[in-house]
Amino acid sequence: MKKKAVALISGGLDSMLAAKVVMEQGVHVEGLNFYTGFCVEGHTSAIRARHQARPKRNNALWVAEQLGIKLHIIDVSAEYKDVVLQPKHGYGQHLNPCLDCKIFMVNKALAWGFMDAGGFDFVITGEVIGQRPKSQRKATMPVIARESGADDLLLRPLCAKRLPPTKPEREGWVDRERLHGFEGRSRKPQMALATAFGFSDYAQPAGGCCFLTDAAYARKLADLWQARGERDYELDDIMLLKVGRHIRPAGHYKLIVGREAGENRFLEGYRKRFLHLRATDVEGPLALVDGTPDRRDINLAARLLARYSQGRAAARVEVGVHHTNGVSEALRVTPLPAAEIPAAWHV
Amino acid sequence: MSDAGRNAPTGTSSHAVRQLDARGLLCPLPVIRVQDAVRALAPGDLMDVLATDPGVLQDIPAWCQVHGHRVVDTGHDGADIRIRVEVCET
Repeated sequence: MKKKAVALISGGLDSMLAAKVVMEQGVHVEGLNFYTGFCVEGHTSAIRARHQARPKRNNALWVAEQLGIKLHIIDVSAEYKDVVLQPKHGYGQHLNPCLDCKIFMVNKALAWGFMDAGGFDFVITGEVIGQRPKSQRKATMPVIARESGADDLLLRPLCAKRLPPTKPEREGWVDRERLHGFEGRSRKPQMALATAFGFSDYAQPAGGCCFLTDAAYARKLADLWQARGERDYELDDIMLLKVGRHIRPAGHYKLIVGREAGENRFLEGYRKRFLHLRATDVEGPLALVDGTPDRRDINLAARLLARYSQGRAAARVEVGVHHTNGVSEALRVTPLPAAEIPAAWHV
Repeated sequence: MSDAGRNAPTGTSSHAVRQLDARGLLCPLPVIRVQDAVRALAPGDLMDVLATDPGVLQDIPAWCQVHGHRVVDTGHDGADIRIRVEVCET
């Protein structure tokens, strides 16, 4: 009877190759992709107008199309909070809990393949020993297998020859000799294998597929936690951290200022839930105010907003201030000179 | 985003026509909503998806392609994108 494997599909090259290597051995493979809320997707960058020309494809779906496999996308954003807020194995360079994340995802794949969907025999990942400094090391491979609960049902086809044989290999479900022994940060073996499989177009995400590996994003998330006095977030919080200029004049409030038309359109979707400002007599961005500003703060926010409008050199700019209770008012303010905006305000 | 993700049956033909409101959601959430809704439908059923993220124009057809379903129509309702999906035997 044909064996069935669940493959973690990120949309990058390694997971694509890992699935293909096993498919070539006659195994039925279906893909799983997890939506954590922190995913770097073409669509997120496409929020910005200058990225509008880029194809807005979802790379995981695109990989599934190339492989001819089903892809199931699972929303794990709520459960993923525990991974981000309390990573047992700590963070990588920024706020990326890569090792805990991999354990979480393999565990989810196992639960999906054996219980939710059912009928699957093992799990595949595109891990390569030494590829990532935090999660993809020789020492972390058994940790992921053990703590995910997958144990020897976790097969890494790209580096399997450098690891003890797993059950799929021992039982002859796959031929170990036709797996690989990739190791290290070089991408050349993967690129050669891609060529051998006839894959000429594939995503090469710089810095991984997660915003938590991004220094600027991690700084904004840490700022959010500090300002609120607790390490927590909602999905909308982490979406808004991906967009705009974040300026925090004081601990109790910050401005999120659209940097261009695409971001302004995105922020428009949130304007009813936030006090928001927009210049009325000149062109300019939309700004959301997150927090509890008082009258003086709102006046300063209006001056900041005016500084990013087309009226930045004008003596006065009229700014519409729209409160969450539906009340609006107009303030005539002097745009804040750039020299009066401390660098520390920029999150 | 208060009504995003709701779906409800309409129509009186032998095959249901579901309405799925995914407006205000960014991809891949509209695709996930489609995936969840299709699970409750039968082959031949139709589903009209309303969305605002232009990414759905690529992602929903791609999802249908890998799962063996069919996009039968794509259009706009003002600023909204409307995609009609036919559930197929898989």
